[in-house]
Amino acid sequence: MNQLGFPILTTVTFLPLAGALLLVFIPKGREELLKRTCLVISLIEFAVSLPLFIYFDEEKAGMQFVERIPWIKEWGVTYFVGIDGISILLILLTTFITVLCILSSWTAVQKRIKEYMISFLLLETGMIGAFVALDLILFYVFWEVMLIPMYLIIGVWGGPRRIYAAIKFFLYTMAGSVLMLVAIIALYFLHGKATGEYTFDLLKLYQVTIPLKTQYIMFAAFALAFAIKVPMFPFHTWLPDAHVEAPTAGSVILAGILLKLGTYGFIRFAIPLFPGAAFKAIPVISILALIGIIYGALVSMMQDDLKKLVAFSSVSHLGFVMLGMFAFNVQGVQGSIYQMLNHGVSTGALFLIVGMVYERRHTRLIADFGGLSRVMPIFATFFMIVTLSSIALPGTNGFVGEFLILLGTFKANPVYGVFGATGVILAAAYMLWMFQRVMFGDIRHPENKDLKDLNLREIITLVPIVIMIIWMGVFPKFFFKKMDLSVQHFLYDVKSRYAGKQTSYLEKRPPVDKALEALSIKLVDIKE
Amino acid sequence: MEIFKVYFTASDLKVIAPELVLTIFALSILVLSVFVKTGRRNLLGYIAVIGVVVAFFSLLLGIGKDMKAFYDTVSTDPFSFFFKMMFLIIALLTILASLEYTRRENIDFGEYYVLVLFATVGMMLMASGFNLIVIFLGLEVMSISIYVLAGIMREDKRSVEAAFKYFLLGAFASAFLLYGIALTYASTGTLDLGGISRVLTQRVWISSLSILITGLALLIIGFGFKIALVPFHMWTPDVYEGAPTSITAFMATGVKAAGFAAFVRVFFYALPTLQTYWTETMWILAVATMTVGNIIALYQTNIKRMLAYSSIAHAGYIMVAFVAGNDLGKASILFYLLAYVFMNIGAFTVVILLGKKGEENTLLPDYSGVGFKHPLLAASMSIFLLSLAGVPPMAGFMAKFYVFSAAVKAKYYWLAVIGVLNSAVAVYYYLRVLIYMYFREPEKEVVIETFSPAAVLAVIISVWGVLHIGILPSTFLALAQRSVQIFL
Repeated sequence: MNQLGFPILTTVTFLPLAGALLLVFIPKGREELLKRTCLVISLIEFAVSLPLFIYFDEEKAGMQFVERIPWIKEWGVTYFVGIDGISILLILLTTFITVLCILSSWTAVQKRIKEYMISFLLLETGMIGAFVALDLILFYVFWEVMLIPMYLIIGVWGGPRRIYAAIKFFLYTMAGSVLMLVAIIALYFLHGKATGEYTFDLLKLYQVTIPLKTQYIMFAAFALAFAIKVPMFPFHTWLPDAHVEAPTAGSVILAGILLKLGTYGFIRFAIPLFPGAAFKAIPVISILALIGIIYGALVSMMQDDLKKLVAFSSVSHLGFVMLGMFAFNVQGVQGSIYQMLNHGVSTGALFLIVGMVYERRHTRLIADFGGLSRVMPIFATFFMIVTLSSIALPGTNGFVGEFLILLGTFKANPVYGVFGATGVILAAAYMLWMFQRVMFGDIRHPENKDLKDLNLREIITLVPIVIMIIWMGVFPKFFFKKMDLSVQHFLYDVKSRYAGKQTSYLEKRPPVDKALEALSIKLVDIKE
Repeated sequence: MEIFKVYFTASDLKVIAPELVLTIFALSILVLSVFVKTGRRNLLGYIAVIGVVVAFFSLLLGIGKDMKAFYDTVSTDPFSFFFKMMFLIIALLTILASLEYTRRENIDFGEYYVLVLFATVGMMLMASGFNLIVIFLGLEVMSISIYVLAGIMREDKRSVEAAFKYFLLGAFASAFLLYGIALTYASTGTLDLGGISRVLTQRVWISSLSILITGLALLIIGFGFKIALVPFHMWTPDVYEGAPTSITAFMATGVKAAGFAAFVRVFFYALPTLQTYWTETMWILAVATMTVGNIIALYQTNIKRMLAYSSIAHAGYIMVAFVAGNDLGKASILFYLLAYVFMNIGAFTVVILLGKKGEENTLLPDYSGVGFKHPLLAASMSIFLLSLAGVPPMAGFMAKFYVFSAAVKAKYYWLAVIGVLNSAVAVYYYLRVLIYMYFREPEKEVVIETFSPAAVLAVIISVWGVLHIGILPSTFLALAQRSVQIFL
């Protein structure tokens, strides 16, 4: 069942929860101890997640490290977890970003440190659980569980309008996902009636044939839940509020991981479950994604608050992810997944950087800065690299992702590609303009004259990110080879089922080499 | 005059053993209360706890022995077993939560515990009654005890108002119910549930259909009042707010569960052939109950009142399963009620613990800053509220999931959609309490006036119940599914 012979996914999922329980027993006053323990837990968690990458068999397209235990037999709910090339990198991203988040909160969070750290660890369990779950109910449980710690993180440790932002975040997500729950239940009965087996097992539900009309409704319910999370235009309004009010680490995790759950939801659930509807929805989703790209970029340009600017740039970047995914070719989908990782790394880094400036100056208004590169040269260097990554300069990770997405989009529909490409230009415009106003020029505000440059802890926080940016930029193959087969298989599966050929994901699937053969034919088809 | 002689055997008594145990304990407490000094009356509470535990064991002894007694008027079957177990849990938690509370509010009369036990006996009769008259008697035993309990804080205007209001409207509702029973009897010629069902399947009743349908409508009103369906819910907020908090918890869970027990048994056992006649009405009632309950709850600032409206909304969710009416639906009613018992009593117990003498400290702003002052208590409250909101991994989620599954399976898609949207709306008012507890700085010193280990035990049991049902629901699901097999 499992190449390690060890329930590694369960360990990775619940280790933070165990850590949170451990923290409960550390007295409130021992703040240093609390922080250190939490950091150690997150480091162990990261270390435990590394074997997933190392032992992941890239020659296999199916789910790996699978664990399956009956959970609620009466309903056919199983504790069913596993990962493939699509989710493995997102899990590593989660464990990686969490470590950085805890590092970045070292001095930024002053009050109620114990509760803060516990919330973060609970959040990590929720996120990883959602990435590994292959049972719809299990996924739904983790998907909702995440909301509670994030709600607390925004609401307790956030900015002045935190209560509004927290409740908006919670209600938006909840309202979107309850309809998904109804669709899940309906799907369950549909599959049960068709096959006689009542189950929430995702891989089995992939196989059910659904009438197109029903697919539309179910896809809409799923897509709404995920589109809110992504967030796609016009469901994005909760995002700027949540980002601006959340504490730095909260924004990082929100942008880095939580939004990815929306795009991941599309690729894992909404599209493969309802391929017919998904293909029909290409124009709708693509146009919304394009609006998101351009609108997000234009609004970013107009922001006078750094954090808001980064928040709206997320809307734009996630638009790219959606655009690439709905190109439905290898380049588009691979670029889309890669862009999820890029966005997690670089936007996470941007939020960290904004947080570092905010900690020093207690303002985030662009107008309050200017000429910072003179007083903070180390900071300026890091900021520059991250900015360049965000505008997708060749040599950074952003380039690889956006290039592939645009390549895929041009192949699928050149018109979308043209509009999408403007987003790249706009991104360069707003990011560089912002960078210029903040970092270059004269120091106009006397408060900025003796700002301290980054300290060791902050450098330690940013160095891994810069390494990742360059590594992912110049040696993408290292990451692509993990997802290659899974993506091809995903496309093969979705397309063949869309074309009406009912191939099952599990049983009727030809052995790997045959699948590859079939894929190469498919790929030729795509290339034409 | 042979018919006036009552014959019953020892085996008849065995069937109602738990009820008998409770009655004996209640009567002994009544006598003992004369001898126990004021201020030491907690002792009576502990005796009541023992009574409930003994009754529980006598209930367990009767497992698997399905039989009818007293000329087929009372029945023990898995269905009544499930509800009796639930009522005993409710009684236990209520008494535990009451122990210090009654002393704080100066209502630690012996009668308090006696009435709680009597009300429990009434509920149990409602669940096991197999004859409309027995069900009605059970309902009255329960109701009259509750009328008194609601007004037991004689000095408090709100409490007296609650009792009076509840009594007047309750008496009305009882009359409706009784009228419904009478019309059912008139058209079918029997009060026995099995008998009614037999008559209806033989289709000799067609001539008196209009009488029967009128009776049906009156029955719906009578039961609808007890379980607080909109538009028969008007009494709920005032009564729940005015009654002592422990009794509010008792009413919100026990009375509602008992009402549903009788409602389900009468409608699905005796009247299933009329399902086509009542489904649409129930659909409207379900939607109205969920929506009105939730929307009004959004505007409440008193936490007891907020929970009162939320309990109306929960009755609406249960009605969704009632409308679905399939096996899944019936089982989910039972499962939902069980989950609801733990989360609701839990929430009210926290309200009791945080309250002050004279029913103070029940406004939302009073909860400011509780989250970090009393982390464990606040965490428990959050668990209960999130469970009520239907957030996994709490019991409320599993219960809602079950209910909506039943609706989807019966192809009531719109009902399920309205239901889930309602539960999304409801999240707002539950979260508001969390906002005050965690996000606001305390406006005044939050102190727990009377620390009550018994109430803390009640909270712990409730947390356990909520999490167990939420994470490992299999046992309870199996139990609920087995309990509704009598309707097959």
